[in-house]
Amino acid sequence: MSGAGHGMAARNLVEVRDLTVEFATEDGVVRAVDGVSFHIERGETLVVVGESGSGKSVTSLALMRLVESPPGRIASGEILLRGRDGAVRDLARLDNHEMRQLRGNDIAMIFQEPMTSLNPIYTIGDQIIEAIRLHQGKSGRAAFALGVDMLELLGIPEPRQRMRSYPHQMSGGMRQRAMIAMALSCHPALLIADEPTTALDVTIQAQIIELIKRLQSELGMAVIFITHNLGVAAEIADRIMVMYAGRVVEAGPARAIFHQPRMPYTIGLLNSVPRLGIDRAAQHELTAIPGNVPSPHHLPPGCAFHPRCAFFERGRCDSEIPRLEECAPGHAVRCLRWRAVAQSRGHEEGR
Amino acid sequence: MSETAPLLDVRGLKTWFDAGSGVFARGRSHVKAVDDVSFAIGAGEVLGLVGESGSGKTTVGRTILRLIDPTEGAIVFKGVDIARVPQSALRRYRREAQPIFQDPFASLNPRMRVEDIVAEPLIVHGIGSGRADRRARVVEILRLVGLSSEHMGRYPHEFSGGQRQRIGIARALAAGPEFIVADEPVSALDVSIQAQVVNLLHDLRRRLGLTLLFIAHDLAVVEYIADRIVVMYLGRIMESAPASELCRNPKHPYTEALLSAVPVPDPDRKGKRIVLQGDIPSPINPPSGCVFRTRCPYAIAECAARVPAPREVAPGHVKACIRDDIL
Repeated sequence: MSGAGHGMAARNLVEVRDLTVEFATEDGVVRAVDGVSFHIERGETLVVVGESGSGKSVTSLALMRLVESPPGRIASGEILLRGRDGAVRDLARLDNHEMRQLRGNDIAMIFQEPMTSLNPIYTIGDQIIEAIRLHQGKSGRAAFALGVDMLELLGIPEPRQRMRSYPHQMSGGMRQRAMIAMALSCHPALLIADEPTTALDVTIQAQIIELIKRLQSELGMAVIFITHNLGVAAEIADRIMVMYAGRVVEAGPARAIFHQPRMPYTIGLLNSVPRLGIDRAAQHELTAIPGNVPSPHHLPPGCAFHPRCAFFERGRCDSEIPRLEECAPGHAVRCLRWRAVAQSRGHEEGR
Repeated sequence: MSETAPLLDVRGLKTWFDAGSGVFARGRSHVKAVDDVSFAIGAGEVLGLVGESGSGKTTVGRTILRLIDPTEGAIVFKGVDIARVPQSALRRYRREAQPIFQDPFASLNPRMRVEDIVAEPLIVHGIGSGRADRRARVVEILRLVGLSSEHMGRYPHEFSGGQRQRIGIARALAAGPEFIVADEPVSALDVSIQAQVVNLLHDLRRRLGLTLLFIAHDLAVVEYIADRIVVMYLGRIMESAPASELCRNPKHPYTEALLSAVPVPDPDRKGKRIVLQGDIPSPINPPSGCVFRTRCPYAIAECAARVPAPREVAPGHVKACIRDDIL
């Protein structure tokens, strides 16, 4: 495979094309991810926003080829990654051995709960050194020194002593830093962070977000950041991709998503979170999205959001699956009625 | 606040847990989960209790409900000190004060049908005459929380998170309580569902005249629903004030840092952010003096000397900080 292969744009690090991930369940096959396409440029941060069942975590696991099989499988699509060597590979088709070479080296991942992702019976140092030796073939001593450097880079006090600590001896925030240190020890070009601050307190969350931002600018890596928290998304995103029921429903630059949202679901999400320090009279009632997140076993026909949508049009939205359409440069929306949505918001956005 | 006595008056509350005594330890050590906490809630008021993990906010809620026994202090509910009532005589109080829990998956018995879950408090407290009457009451309560009689025969696993939380709220309301302690009632729910449940609690409070202690870590949600907010850190109250006053004009360094740490859904926000260094200290060995001083950007030597007494700095606005020259 050559660098020019697959027709991948030169500035892109990752291109996911029409990815579909299915799970076999007792009640039949469930499509957790349905025809998802997106790209990530070098050094940029893409935030994937969605609720439970949106497919955001499965998408990221598919990128790492960590979808457990069976019951899961990548049913179709391409996951193109430009490697360090400049070659473009389709991760969906690599064998396990090739994939292991890329994990850690080119792509690394951190998870929500560091306590369950770290091995409780090894010290933090053992685990970081293992990662470095495995991927970089360094000697024990060199790996230890690099580990200490990484902990220092992550603002962990007394890094030498900390290398000898066990996970349970550290606080949640420190464990998450140790996880990030491990993930970044081989300088991946892409970091996937799945709800990395959700289990943390807000003051610790603020520390970790600042840290990821700083590391990203220092190391020049791209980040896929998965979150359900729109505030966190606003803090860190260059671009935002909103998922609902396994599909991308809106994607665009962060400012466009927050200021000119075009998908009624995105608008609903933005209106359902209270804003801090805003006059109560100005936001008297939170506008909740009615209904529930649909079960993947019984997805509504047509647009999966239609039963909860204020812009629902009978006969169209419940029969036709909308395409992802460009509504502004770099801003795509999956809604048959996005023009009506734009019109109805005109006065609000004209401020 | 009104001139009349508050519905609930908590004074000098301490809830300490035994942390065991090691072979070499001198005396016993304690986790001071709640240490000298005082506040009052007026009838019909919503008080928000905010703090991070380890702040003691959940223990305050549980102690007030007497799910945990207090170590010291008074919990005066309608003139009676609940802290001194023996467990065996708490039945009347249990009818008047009810909990709503965080996890609607863990707090409902999976083997009970919705009707039986909601009817149980009626049976326990001897409310209603016979099965038919209780059933009518259950239907009424389910309607109140946005469910219907067709849900009665189903089991909790057949419901989504938001609907389960509605069942939990229905159970809490069944015995007709005046006072509800809701501990993180929306934090386990999806974003689009949180607003539904917050609006429901808001609406129920108005319609039923409920008094609510709303415990949560999400300041934006608490500001939205609460009349007043109390901020806790490491077992102690740092600041309390009317909700909008506290969020716009914080007087305690911890509240200021907490507010600035909340991510705001606006990519154009360019405020200065105070990132607190370090972690919350252990409640077994809290710092001397002000418990926040080890992370406080404004700490001075005097802060270690004594525990700052709460002081009223504006009407209804109380802070426990010795410095007046900072915020």
